[in-house]
Amino acid sequence: MATVAPATEPLRRFLQVARGAGLRVSAAEGIDAARAVDLIGYEDRAVLKDTLGLVLAKTPDEKALYDEAFDLYFKRDEFAGKDDPGDDDNAPASDQDPASNPAGGPGGDGMGGQGGQSLGALLASDDRAALATAMEQAAREAGIENIRFFTQKNLYARRILDRMGLRALERDMEAMRQTGTPEGLGRAQFLDGKVEALRDSVRDFVERNLLLFAKGDTEKFREELLKSARLSNLERRDLDRMRVLVRQMAKKLAARYAKTRRRRLRGQLDTRRTLRRNMGWGGIPFITVWKQKRIEKPRVMVLCDVSGSVAAMAQFLLMFLYALNEALSDIRSFAFAGSLIEVSEILEKEPVEEAITKIMSLIGFGSSNYGNSFADFEDGWMRFVTNKTTVIILGDARGNRTDPRTEIIARLSQRSKRIIWLNPEYRSAWGTGDSDMYRYAPFCNLVTVCNTLRHLERAITDILEDAV
Amino acid sequence: MNDALPLGDSPLRSIDDVEQGLGEAGYIANRQISTAIYMAHHLQKPILVEGPAGVGKTELAKSVASWLKLPLIRMQCYEGLDESKALYEWKYGKQLLYTQILKDKINSVIGDADDLATALNKLHSFGDVFFSHQFLEPRPLLRSLQEPGGSVLLIDEIDKSDQEFEAFLLEILSDYQVTIPEIGTVGAIVPPIVLLTSNSTRDLGDALKRRCLHLHIGFPDDKLEAKIIASRVPGIDARLLKQLVSFAQQLRAMDLKKVPSVSETIDWAKVMLLLHTSVLEVDLVRDTLNVLLKFEADIEVAGKQLAGLTHKARQDAGVA
Repeated sequence: MATVAPATEPLRRFLQVARGAGLRVSAAEGIDAARAVDLIGYEDRAVLKDTLGLVLAKTPDEKALYDEAFDLYFKRDEFAGKDDPGDDDNAPASDQDPASNPAGGPGGDGMGGQGGQSLGALLASDDRAALATAMEQAAREAGIENIRFFTQKNLYARRILDRMGLRALERDMEAMRQTGTPEGLGRAQFLDGKVEALRDSVRDFVERNLLLFAKGDTEKFREELLKSARLSNLERRDLDRMRVLVRQMAKKLAARYAKTRRRRLRGQLDTRRTLRRNMGWGGIPFITVWKQKRIEKPRVMVLCDVSGSVAAMAQFLLMFLYALNEALSDIRSFAFAGSLIEVSEILEKEPVEEAITKIMSLIGFGSSNYGNSFADFEDGWMRFVTNKTTVIILGDARGNRTDPRTEIIARLSQRSKRIIWLNPEYRSAWGTGDSDMYRYAPFCNLVTVCNTLRHLERAITDILEDAV
Repeated sequence: MNDALPLGDSPLRSIDDVEQGLGEAGYIANRQISTAIYMAHHLQKPILVEGPAGVGKTELAKSVASWLKLPLIRMQCYEGLDESKALYEWKYGKQLLYTQILKDKINSVIGDADDLATALNKLHSFGDVFFSHQFLEPRPLLRSLQEPGGSVLLIDEIDKSDQEFEAFLLEILSDYQVTIPEIGTVGAIVPPIVLLTSNSTRDLGDALKRRCLHLHIGFPDDKLEAKIIASRVPGIDARLLKQLVSFAQQLRAMDLKKVPSVSETIDWAKVMLLLHTSVLEVDLVRDTLNVLLKFEADIEVAGKQLAGLTHKARQDAGVA
């Protein structure tokens, strides 16, 4: 590694790399890292890796990211030293001299006035260590750490080559060819091959850096895109990533709402706490503290339309809810198309993906009949609905012109805490054709469009927030 | 800053020293663990230790304490733990008793006062008598700050405590001080070495993680595990040891509800030593499997493959 930079420079750049890789490194942790490095230095790579790992990566996931980033970042200066013994010695010994002086350094010897010549000398000498150093420095000057997209690869490669003095070298080579002497031509041809090799290694170098500095950003970009993509249009290859995203979101929400505890206003007196609370008044209990705590979690019943296009959405809603198990006390799920069945058990026993397929084979794909399904629900499960139950209905409300049976939903709305209707169709399509959305809407506390992951997250956050 | 601890001729001079010292205390540490202890001391930061149950998280704290000859102060976290149990408590009884005893004296103190204001003033000068250190019952956190020679503070299973308690810990973790409203801020005489352990039953807050070094201890590889068992169960036959380790490592690769951790392998080794075994036999393994596996379903799953597992273990150890 070029020692032009102060001792903290490599660390600063590594922190940037770590952030690029998706680690969340706060300023305070950066300072800790610097102190730690002060203590142990850069000499022992293994110790350095362990140490920075302690300070920077705080979850198993982050540890994995960190290991990758560390290896990638510190591998860069390894290759400078490793290939040192020149395998083919085309260059005369005298040329080794300027080579040991990095090309970017202005204090070159006799030859070093012009960039092109020193690059030529470097190439001719085949001193890879010096070349790597020169490349590293040119890259730094070109601001390689700002690279973000793969489309910028050529731009940066060009910039680095320019800074290494390629243009001047090309001019020189042109001049050699012009001379027409066999010696000049041979020399130019020899350099041509070397330049080609240099281009390749610079391109490699830029690619590695892109991986290093922009990996996290690209991933993030992709994830942002997926979050607002319509779930019914998802491509198969994105499904896995979506599942991971859903789980992440659910985990975040669960952690935030897992313990909505309320201390009750009455119950058993907590003597110890009461005494303590009233110490200031000599122990006369002005303020009482009660023992009982109650954990408030919403009860949820989900009715999912699993016919046709709604099915994709249903899959994610169910996945989301079951990942939220911690934050919800009681989920019962129902699937319907022509008629309605309870599917809670299937979903509890099997991983969501398999459960969905199973449910689909049981009841899916028929043409939906909302009235009939609601009647099934009333017969079998209406009695379990209490004033603490939140009912979520997911569906496009297209009952194929069957009787919508809105009076059942009216009764349901009286019994339950509230009804939330999530509709994957855009608002403009509601009420058109066989859509009964506006017939049901008056009985729902909330009717909302929901066809992306982001919509889903918002809807579920609302449900959790109102948990009292 | 680095020399703030009075362990000047400290055994914590280098990472190798730590590894060796822990080894003498009976804890076989890999380099990551020693680095963590070394850093915790020199950067004065708590370590958050995560990992599956039974890999020696708590043991690490004990070993550090016994190696450095510092008192180990352990605080077990649980739901509902609050500051009066973790930090300090007033001695109510003593306070009440003293007020009763001192009642008579009060007359003599304020007896010569001419008016109410003077009497009050006189009383104020005694005001803090009942909220002073004499009436303070220190709980683990406060105790570890007050330890004159430094201490090792183990906050065990922090993930079991409530989020509020986690927030309450922040002050002590970052500044090694606590604030007691009636008295003021109490700083550490010597900053303790703090270890927090967690089984990740819930995600800890970012604020807490930011203040800690993060050490993840996983299951050891076979060589390290063999070393650990040899140190914990002295007198065990080397070939038996190899078989045991190989067997345990195979179990860990299986899809079980709870795979055996190091502490279970150690227990198993002790059992084998008691039974004077030198070669693993299928029947013997079947009888003692409940030492390694703690779920009926797991024992059933592993039970079906015992012959194969035992055979492989014997092969690995070079026993016919």
